[in-house]
Amino acid sequence: MSILVNKKTRLVVQGITGGEGSFHSKQMLEYGTNVVAGVTPGKGGIKFEGVPVFNTVEEAVKKAKANASVIFVPPAFAADAILEAANAGIKLIICITEGIPVKDMVPVYHRIKSLGVTLVGPNCPGVISPGKAKIGIMPGFIHRAGKVGVVSRSGTLTYEAVKQLSDLKIGQSTCVGIGGDPIIGSQFIDIVKLFNEDPNTDGIVMIGEIGGSAEEEAAVYIKKFVKKPVVGFIAGRTAPAGRRMGHAGAIISGGKGTAAEKMKAMKKAGIYVVESPAEIGSTMKFALNEAKSKKNETKIATKTKVKAKTSKLKQVAVKSRKK
Amino acid sequence: MKLHEYQAKEILKGFGVPVQDGIAITKMKDFDKAIKALNSKGVFQYVVKSQIHAGGRGKGKVFDPKNRENLILEGGVKFTTSVEKAKDYAQKILGNLLVTHQTGDEGKIVKTLFIAEGLDYKKELYLGILLDRSVSKNVIMASTEGGVEIEKVAEETPEKIIKEWIDPAVGFQSFQARKLAFALGLEGEVFKYFVPFIMNLYKAYENSDSSLLEINPLVITNDNKVIALDAKVTIDDNALYRKKSYEALRDLNEEDPLEIEASKFNLNYIKLDGNVGCMVNGAGLAMGTMDIIKLAGGEPANFLDVGGGANKETVANGFKIILSDPNVKAILINIFGGIVRCDRVAQGVIDAANEIKVQIPIVVRLEGTNAKEAGILLEKSDLHFEVAQTLKDAAEKVTAVLKK
Repeated sequence: MSILVNKKTRLVVQGITGGEGSFHSKQMLEYGTNVVAGVTPGKGGIKFEGVPVFNTVEEAVKKAKANASVIFVPPAFAADAILEAANAGIKLIICITEGIPVKDMVPVYHRIKSLGVTLVGPNCPGVISPGKAKIGIMPGFIHRAGKVGVVSRSGTLTYEAVKQLSDLKIGQSTCVGIGGDPIIGSQFIDIVKLFNEDPNTDGIVMIGEIGGSAEEEAAVYIKKFVKKPVVGFIAGRTAPAGRRMGHAGAIISGGKGTAAEKMKAMKKAGIYVVESPAEIGSTMKFALNEAKSKKNETKIATKTKVKAKTSKLKQVAVKSRKK
Repeated sequence: MKLHEYQAKEILKGFGVPVQDGIAITKMKDFDKAIKALNSKGVFQYVVKSQIHAGGRGKGKVFDPKNRENLILEGGVKFTTSVEKAKDYAQKILGNLLVTHQTGDEGKIVKTLFIAEGLDYKKELYLGILLDRSVSKNVIMASTEGGVEIEKVAEETPEKIIKEWIDPAVGFQSFQARKLAFALGLEGEVFKYFVPFIMNLYKAYENSDSSLLEINPLVITNDNKVIALDAKVTIDDNALYRKKSYEALRDLNEEDPLEIEASKFNLNYIKLDGNVGCMVNGAGLAMGTMDIIKLAGGEPANFLDVGGGANKETVANGFKIILSDPNVKAILINIFGGIVRCDRVAQGVIDAANEIKVQIPIVVRLEGTNAKEAGILLEKSDLHFEVAQTLKDAAEKVTAVLKK
């Protein structure tokens, strides 16, 4: 199993004829993603690599039965594109676009929440369930189907972590890039919840970075509800305060959102926090083994308990017979 | 993009927010004109205010940039009723180095002065508008503790900060403005002035695409007027495309010259104080790479994200930028080639290193598509690259190189 996307996902690409959109649509088709439609206003009626292009998302939903959308339109039009997809009845929207003004995202965020839509991003690499569907810009070949869920605010750092896992033969159920902006549709906590509920995800990798308090909030949830092993890393320990490090969200202000603070909260929640991004894969291997042996221990423990009980019963039986 | 106080006030005025008025000057020859303009408005008390992108100006110290031992003036914001004194202050500040708790020891050269009206006031308040990321809504923060560091208030007496969140569906409402006014203990005439003040201030925040708007202090004058004595505005960089008129407000003097140079090449560069330069694709991996440099015993000299297309030109430009920092003793290149092929990146690195004639050790780690071929290319070249396989390996090689 996997979360968010799978073989049943019927994808519409908004901005399919643009530079980024066309390049990555080809890559997604090659990977085997079920791309059923594209949308470029004014280009309805043409075909892109055999995929029908429509003028509106509504048409794509009606005629091609699209049930998920990925957005590659330029930042000035991206907020509108999200709302268009949501209003057309799409329940999963993945927005790759980087550079959307915060002012545009505030109303969009609240509107999609009220419609019960799941938004991933903006400014994210997308979502991949290895072997099933790749929706976004991540390189497909580094992934391997399996049982570890990966959730991250970054792009290339996620690929790094995935590569480490795959090299150790640890496959992934789903990898979700939630994005690096101050306002994003899905937070760590939302994705961690999904992984926690997914019976085929055995462990979770969570890659955060400086800024905001989303990692801390997820840590509180993990401490309360998550029994699966979680490996965590926070990028940006060396970042100076007040500077924006590439991602608009990666800024430490007023002593809040530092790597040290986040790592402390995560450790407190029982997360395996790694100091170096080079140790994400090996730590997950260790954590999975530890979880396995713990399971075995409890199995053995219950077995011995059962044994003890039966022997007690036997003793009682013997005693009563003696009587 | 950060704005200077005088620029922020100009924007606020446009939205009907009453501000402490004044005239910005960059040369002493314009000083008399500024005073005359203020006099013609009936202003006869003056404040000479340093314009730099850092807080704590009032409590800062002005030094001679050529001789840091020479303290010229205590305070980068000076009040006076005498024109001669105002002129003396202006002369002492303009062109000299202002050091505040926010600038760090290196301080900042004051290139612009705001010659403002001196106001008599009885009360200082605090107002701030920004995005509350935890609920994805804008929030107005107000406090009776104006004129001091708000971070300190938040830490020591958090109950003195009042917060009002804005529902994006309906926007900021009058009842919320009244609520804030009552919570601040305002009444009578002051209350009457405050409500439109905050309504217009929020309008300014929204319509200017600000990501931060801070009025500290907001003052109640002796005649009960509500006026922004200071103003700090940061514009959302992502919105600058539709705010063309603000482009002229960018002050390159406030930015690191290397960062300006990098931005011309579309490179995302931030200068730091360390000895290991790094060149990485992707912001998250760049931060992660800085972290492993530190863990390996080095100090990152910069943050540099070369973005998706790491070709010869971007790598060459990256080298140029990194090498203009004399502290750099080694360079670590860490590229994860997802879509971009590593052998192409490797060729780019070789060509760029040849062209620039890099003299210091370079550790290269390329991972992803065609990583093996890339490694062979690098090993075979005449240049002495240290080729690393994994991230851990890269960190260890950097440490080894630094010890040599």
